[in-house]
Amino acid sequence: MATETDAHSEGGLAFHPLDQFIVEPVFGDGAVSFYTVTNVTVWMGIALLAIIGVFVMGSRGRAIVPTRVQSIGELIYGFVYKMVEDVTGKDGVKYFPYIITLFLFVLFSNYLALIPMSYSPTSMIAVTAILGFGVFTAITILGFVKHGASFLGLFWMADAPLFLRPIIAVIEVISYFVRPVSLSIRLAGNIAAGHVVLKVFAGFAALAVVSPFAILGIVAIYGLEILVCGIQAYVFTILTCVYLKDALHPAH
Amino acid sequence: MATETTEAAGVCVDAGGYALGMPQLCADWMPNQIFWLLVALAAIYFVMSRIALPRIGAVLAERSGTITNDIAAAEDLKNKAAEAEAAYDKALVDARAEAAKIVAEAKAEIQAELDAELQKADAEIAAKAAESEAAIVEIRDGAVKSVTAVAKDTAKELVAAMGGSADAKTITAAVNARMKG
Repeated sequence: MATETDAHSEGGLAFHPLDQFIVEPVFGDGAVSFYTVTNVTVWMGIALLAIIGVFVMGSRGRAIVPTRVQSIGELIYGFVYKMVEDVTGKDGVKYFPYIITLFLFVLFSNYLALIPMSYSPTSMIAVTAILGFGVFTAITILGFVKHGASFLGLFWMADAPLFLRPIIAVIEVISYFVRPVSLSIRLAGNIAAGHVVLKVFAGFAALAVVSPFAILGIVAIYGLEILVCGIQAYVFTILTCVYLKDALHPAH
Repeated sequence: MATETTEAAGVCVDAGGYALGMPQLCADWMPNQIFWLLVALAAIYFVMSRIALPRIGAVLAERSGTITNDIAAAEDLKNKAAEAEAAYDKALVDARAEAAKIVAEAKAEIQAELDAELQKADAEIAAKAAESEAAIVEIRDGAVKSVTAVAKDTAKELVAAMGGSADAKTITAAVNARMKG
């Protein structure tokens, strides 16, 4: 997105690896207010359309022997369903639609961002922070609704030596409140860093001497990013499941 | 991105259209991202929970039901095949037994017939032998009588020729005594 550097660069190499994250209005120019249709909107919309394409259009036939697209949808469904069931237990299954919504949004945003010239919503800290703190808030409320004050037993290690329990409780509380921060920064950091590295290599490709290495580097990093995109979506989702399990069964 | 309008883009972009600092941290853009994120999540949740998940869940359940039914049907057919095999084996054993019985019966019948024929033949042979023996005895008796008669006559003639005379009684006794000796 930021490769047309000639107009303002002083000649030679010009790196603007962060320009790909600029939010800009799609229709006309001007200030970006909260409802403006921007490139963020467009790529979230594309993610939504892709999800509809795989899960709604793909399963339209309701075939007993699935078509290719339908079997992709079924694979993801089965994967997330099994993850929710394995981690949270049978009573966590009713939160499966929420979990798969998160998973699909992160997964499709991550992978669509690997298309050249695309935009990556999951590299924006505002987006991932809403996801992370949303999960955190929802799960904390759920825990108190389900267990009342005994939800605080999550922080009180009943099987630790008595004099250690307050110290462990302090550590547990800190780690509990760090959860949303780590969730959101891990996702945004991974995706943003990968894209920045790609852009830096692309900048070096303008220099004829190192361009073969730069292009090789882009290929290698791109392969790595394909892994990272899937792994980050998986990590985000399975941590959400683990936190959900804490809320449903606070006893250690 | 290096568009003609530069100053209108906001505080996070410089005059050249390049990012100032990290665009991720630009507070001006955050409400926009958050708003559209919530819209996108709501849309995905709606689509998944209302349409996609029930449909895929139903398809998976139906498939596992079909597979279970098919396996049950296969089990059924297998049992039927085993039954048919058992029936076939039984029929084979029965047929063998029947055949053995028939063979044994035929053998016994033939044996009986044979025995009867043999007995008959033996009896006939015995009868013939007895008959022949009787004939032989008769012939021998006849011969002895003739010899006796001839011997008497000869003895009478001899006695007469020698000038003696002998009565029949004496000659008969003498001949009989000689014949015994």
